Amino acid sequence: MTPLLVCAAVLVLSGALAAVSGRHARLVGALGAVAGALAGIPPAFLALAGRGPEPLTLAWGLPIGAFSVGLDPLSAFFLVPILALTAAAAVYGTGYLGLRGRGSWFFYNMLTASMVLVTAARDGVLFLFAWEAMSLASYFLVTFEDDQESARQAGLTYLIASHLGTAFLLIMFALLDMGWNPPRTHAAAVFLLALAGFGAKAGFIPLHVWLPDAHPAAPSHVSAVMSGVMIKTGIYGLLRVLTLLGAPPAWWGWLLIAVGSTSGVLGVLLALAQHDLKRLLAYHSVENIGIIALGIGTGLVGTASNSPTVALLGFGGALLHVLNHALFKGLLFLAAGSVLHAAGTRDMERLGGLMKRMPWTGAAFLTGAAAICGLPPLNGFVSEFLIFLGGLTAVTQGRAVCGGVVVGSLALIGGLALACFTKAFGVVFLGGPRSERPANAEEAGPAMLLSMAVLAGACLLIGLSGPFVLRWSLGAVAQASGIPARSLESVLQDALAPLMAVSACGAGLLAAIVALAALRAWLLSGREVRQALTWDCGYAAPTSRMQYTASSFAQPIVSLFAPWLRTRERADGPDGYFPSGARFSTETPDLCREGIYEPAFHWLLKGALRMRVLQHGRVQAYVLYIALTLLVLLGWRLK
Amino acid sequence: MTALHLPLALAGAPLLKGVINRTKAFYAGRTGQPVLQPYHDLARLLRKGAVYSKTTTWLFRAGPVVSLASTMAAIALLPLGAVPALVSFRGDIVLFAYFLGLGRFFTICAALDTGSAFEGMGASREAWFSALTEPVLLLGLAAMVKLTGELSLTDLAASLGPQAMLEPGGAAILLVAASLAATALAENSRIPFDDPATHLELTMVHEVMVLDHSGPDFGFIEYASSLKLWALGSLVMGVLLPVKTGSQGFDLLAGGSSLAALAVGVGVVESVMARLRLTRVSHYLAGAAAFSVLALMIVQGNP
Repeated sequence: MTPLLVCAAVLVLSGALAAVSGRHARLVGALGAVAGALAGIPPAFLALAGRGPEPLTLAWGLPIGAFSVGLDPLSAFFLVPILALTAAAAVYGTGYLGLRGRGSWFFYNMLTASMVLVTAARDGVLFLFAWEAMSLASYFLVTFEDDQESARQAGLTYLIASHLGTAFLLIMFALLDMGWNPPRTHAAAVFLLALAGFGAKAGFIPLHVWLPDAHPAAPSHVSAVMSGVMIKTGIYGLLRVLTLLGAPPAWWGWLLIAVGSTSGVLGVLLALAQHDLKRLLAYHSVENIGIIALGIGTGLVGTASNSPTVALLGFGGALLHVLNHALFKGLLFLAAGSVLHAAGTRDMERLGGLMKRMPWTGAAFLTGAAAICGLPPLNGFVSEFLIFLGGLTAVTQGRAVCGGVVVGSLALIGGLALACFTKAFGVVFLGGPRSERPANAEEAGPAMLLSMAVLAGACLLIGLSGPFVLRWSLGAVAQASGIPARSLESVLQDALAPLMAVSACGAGLLAAIVALAALRAWLLSGREVRQALTWDCGYAAPTSRMQYTASSFAQPIVSLFAPWLRTRERADGPDGYFPSGARFSTETPDLCREGIYEPAFHWLLKGALRMRVLQHGRVQAYVLYIALTLLVLLGWRLK
Repeated sequence: MTALHLPLALAGAPLLKGVINRTKAFYAGRTGQPVLQPYHDLARLLRKGAVYSKTTTWLFRAGPVVSLASTMAAIALLPLGAVPALVSFRGDIVLFAYFLGLGRFFTICAALDTGSAFEGMGASREAWFSALTEPVLLLGLAAMVKLTGELSLTDLAASLGPQAMLEPGGAAILLVAASLAATALAENSRIPFDDPATHLELTMVHEVMVLDHSGPDFGFIEYASSLKLWALGSLVMGVLLPVKTGSQGFDLLAGGSSLAALAVGVGVVESVMARLRLTRVSHYLAGAAAFSVLALMIVQGNP
């Protein structure tokens, strides 16, 4: 356990040092993050290979709980993306924040350290302690730009949502004897409490309301960490609880499939309707968490119906998607951060044409966009393919309805994600600039480009080496599914052989692209290649204001799904014989926020106001309350 | 004699467009262009230079290359009746759908790269149609997976056949064939979803996205669209009319002729039908999705 404790200690100490080192805060903070990753990733790989360290219990000064930590394959599987992404994002952050935000490095490294502790904690009190530290550190990062009203609001929503989630977890741990112990009774209640408590952190619909506010408000490298790995601690907790509950009944799988398809489809639809770039990405996290839930649900159905193949494909796909989403969503948030940094706005309607000014950021965003759409040969396809294959295998094994729901929702999510990311990439990076700032944008600095390049490379690498990654994560899959690794080994070929073929086809595709590009270059060599205006039906002076906008691109799909989106349109059309101008704007609020939480909190407030009659400032009455309470307690004691 | 489907498709795909055009000409009482005209068009385009818009970047140039490469890769996964595919594995259905998705992603991006309002409009519509066709395609194939118990397209096509239609759940085959046919028409921008012969930018969908491409790039696009027609056509015919004679040569011939017959069918549809109003397209595709779901429900009870 020593390397992992060293990793956590390095993170905490470098965070504390960064808080007092003034101008050098970013250097200290980022070096600490990278050093922590270098210390923590090797033991995690060893643990994945089944050679993890013995669990360790240290002295702990509190009367409850214990400082006991451990590193098994499941913890290690989550630890690797946490450490890798936080290190990459920290390097990015040195360029992104520059000399601003010196105070943020303390919270950044504390966030990483608390996530490490969340995955390693073996005691309930320690886990909750780390969980709370994680929530608070990220709260301070969300409200980092606290001169803005929106950031303060987002922080408050986040704080309330996290603590409501933690309330469920407290009850859950009470049923688990304050630790990761199998419950004696009430397994279903534990499962539902875990789903609510951890689901609030992961962002399952309808528990996701904090997410689209909080992620865009934070600085972009923090958004990348929050969206890429922090919300995955919710998935980790859910899987950890599932390992304790023994053989799952099929309805748990069904419930997760229902939650997953709702989160997936609604998440991508809400993303499609946004035109704030980072808010769009935040909703995509809801979508991808939905895909992960679909995978876990498929796996649970497989376990419940004694089909190790379906369990392997479902859990394997879900876990790989955890890793893949960390990489491509981290990449997308970092690229979006470069856009924000260079063009000063997240409003897609004001961006455009950045590919010419920022070619490398554009290429990074393109890689991330293709990966998140699940397009081969990138990593998003590998994990979605496993879940698809799990659904199709379930169909052949007599679970046609469940498999059909999985396949149908994944396909719809895939199609809508493609619409959403062609919109995001096309409107922000392609065409011409829609306002002044993007026209003069500058490419991001070397530190920012380096971390984006590393993440983009990882996306391609995993896309081409799916079988290795699955084999490497087998220990974690075995642990999450509760099926011994030996039984999984016997069906492993069912997953490895198709993945091999996928990798081969991906490589073949890349070869075909290179060959065709060479053919095109050969065909065009020595011929006349001219530059001209874009063809606009003969109109000779097209301007970038005539381009299709993000709202108009999404309009057909948004209006098709209008009942679930409730997009508000505001149009001031051209008026009179000589119209001077026209405006059109759309806004898509969060359905759950407006439909569930605002009324619920409204009623809560009303109820709370009723209680005010008890508190009116008359001291005599307060004395009466005290006397009555004492009397009641006395009566209870004497009974 | 295995895996001959890919070369046949690469060589024969443009012919389908020729057949469609001849059928339409026949309906209109014209002689029409020669059946081999698409080949001449391709050769002419490949010999030309190119004109690029000043607004565009490398993505515009990459669009045709990637979409052609991904369509070719998709065809490598497809069997033709009993003729096996070049590559076949469990779940190749999904990779097939996503290869088409990759091509679409780059076509849409290339269209948006021009900064033209018309091409943006076409791109938006393409994204909209394809978001709806993807579940139709995969749910329909999931029903066939359930019916045959096979997870790869080659094995799936081998277990379908005239006798499969008479067995329990055989009606599902017809439903899936119908929904796949709707997918094929929508994906290939044919009537009733889109009119490839239209001359007004406002009403076009697929054609408007490629307005700015010229020369070899446009040749690549045209060729890729022929290949896509072949790909989805062979998927439909593989479900509806898998010809199995036992001899690979005959199978190949029969598969090719069934595709030609499909092309005649597409020509007839284009001659007797008008294009759907744009807002109706969603309803039509929702209907196709309902067919796929119904097929899955029919076969759901099968052992």
